[in-house]
Amino acid sequence: MVPAPGSHQGLDRLDGAWWRDWAARVLVSLGGISAILFIVAIIVFIASQGLEFAWNRLSWAELLTGARWEPTANPPRYGAWPLLAGTAWITAVAMLVAVPLSFAAAIYIGEFATGSRREWLKVTIETLAAIPSVVWGVIGLQVLNPLIQQWFDTPVGLNVLNAGVILGLMAAPIMTTLAEDALKAVPDTYREAAEALGATRWQVIWRVVLPHARPGLSASVLLGIGRAFGETIAVLMASGHRLLPPTSVFDSAATITATIAAELGEAAVDSDHYQVLFVLGLVLFAITFSINLLADGLVRGRRRRA
Amino acid sequence: MVTAAAATNLLSVRGLSVRYGEHVALQGVDLDVREHEIFGIIGPANAGKTSFLRALNRMDEFVPGMHVDGTVTFAGRDLRTIRNLYALRRRIGVVFPLPVGLPLSIYDNVALSPRLAGVRGRAELDEIVERCLRRAALWDEVKDRLDGLGSLLSGGQQQRLTIARALSQQPLLLLLDEFSIAVDPVTTMRVEEVLKDLRRELTIVLVTNLVQQARRLADRTAFFLGGRCVEVAGTEALFSGGARDQRTTDYLEGRFG
Repeated sequence: MVPAPGSHQGLDRLDGAWWRDWAARVLVSLGGISAILFIVAIIVFIASQGLEFAWNRLSWAELLTGARWEPTANPPRYGAWPLLAGTAWITAVAMLVAVPLSFAAAIYIGEFATGSRREWLKVTIETLAAIPSVVWGVIGLQVLNPLIQQWFDTPVGLNVLNAGVILGLMAAPIMTTLAEDALKAVPDTYREAAEALGATRWQVIWRVVLPHARPGLSASVLLGIGRAFGETIAVLMASGHRLLPPTSVFDSAATITATIAAELGEAAVDSDHYQVLFVLGLVLFAITFSINLLADGLVRGRRRRA
Repeated sequence: MVTAAAATNLLSVRGLSVRYGEHVALQGVDLDVREHEIFGIIGPANAGKTSFLRALNRMDEFVPGMHVDGTVTFAGRDLRTIRNLYALRRRIGVVFPLPVGLPLSIYDNVALSPRLAGVRGRAELDEIVERCLRRAALWDEVKDRLDGLGSLLSGGQQQRLTIARALSQQPLLLLLDEFSIAVDPVTTMRVEEVLKDLRRELTIVLVTNLVQQARRLADRTAFFLGGRCVEVAGTEALFSGGARDQRTTDYLEGRFG
């Protein structure tokens, strides 16, 4: 079959398949770019609501370090340090609960469990992830609260410990699912190669599987942190919502999100109080954004070295 | 570059360079591939053999960081000026080093490309599938289980399936990148017979790590080293001491690489 004269003529013809490919590329690009549009729109909205106050009367130093959050006092005080500290404490406790729990579950499901037990566990964990947060709040209020009072002999059981445990349990299922995905992405050839060297199951996991899955595992932790940061109603119910910086896990505390939820309805629209809550939203946004940026940098940095 | 010679040259490569970011994989390659020849490319690892094949298929289009410079003339056309990249790729068959049985039935693997090109008739597809599987010396082994998954075949069978698939688009040019790396010797020999036959229909560029394979199959052979094409010569001349460059002789005699 000699290349017939003109056999290459079709090389310039943009046929139906070419145009469908073009159209699909345009559509998915729009879909991808829309995410950026939404996030920009949200920032603009939040910023615009608090802009006038932030520009004219807000002391950023007081907002970030001031220890008194008294927006309705006269004169009002807008020191959000208690909220920042409360958020940090509760998130830290949540991660102390969620990371070991979710990693253990992921390793068990991914590396040890087989057959129907594995399938059942996965379904159960996915169901756990779907429990509404208000249910977790009630559990904190009605179950954990008396337990903590009893076990630790504290006057109030609604505190950093309670909210942290609740948040940790809430974040664990989705973290487990993500961590298990990361483990599953490690090729079996790696496991077999290590097993052939006489490595025990645990040695294979510790020295081969986990290091290879590290970017995915880090991502699962950071997503969990994001979840803990952003959760509102369960924390509001379980933390005691005390507007002072906690000094131990048995202190009641308040978070940024819970404060916004609790106070936004009460504040007169466009009042200083209303506006400062939006500034808090912006602060929250900046924190989550930095965490994501950090996560992205970690994952990329590792990939480049690999 | 379109001179009288272009009538018999399916491919004319001039000053071809390939780099990935800062890393230069191929530099200043000039060579011609004639119609209906098997053109062998040999050389040690990192010689730029695979990058050469990738440039012919305009792979750089979708590979971030991959840059191709120089001109490649295919069937009288500068590759860069071809508007429909996919039409170009339908005329160039590629077989990668590791067999890739797509997760489709054996039949659908081979019928995929004709279907993409709009062939719908069952009889016509049946004919194409049988012809291509026969050409790839696989028909007798799979004719009774064409509905079985292609990805479940053995490595050697999958590689022949890959070749059948590449033939199904009736390419002008077939690029083979170390096709025998995961194939047993018996299958390799059978595929080699097929390739010799195919020379009548199309042009083949064969990249191989096995110098003896190049000797058995190629009409002419190029020796690549460190991203450069050291020399191109008739295979027989090259293997019977006719290499102009000492490095080629050293490689052929197994003194390095």
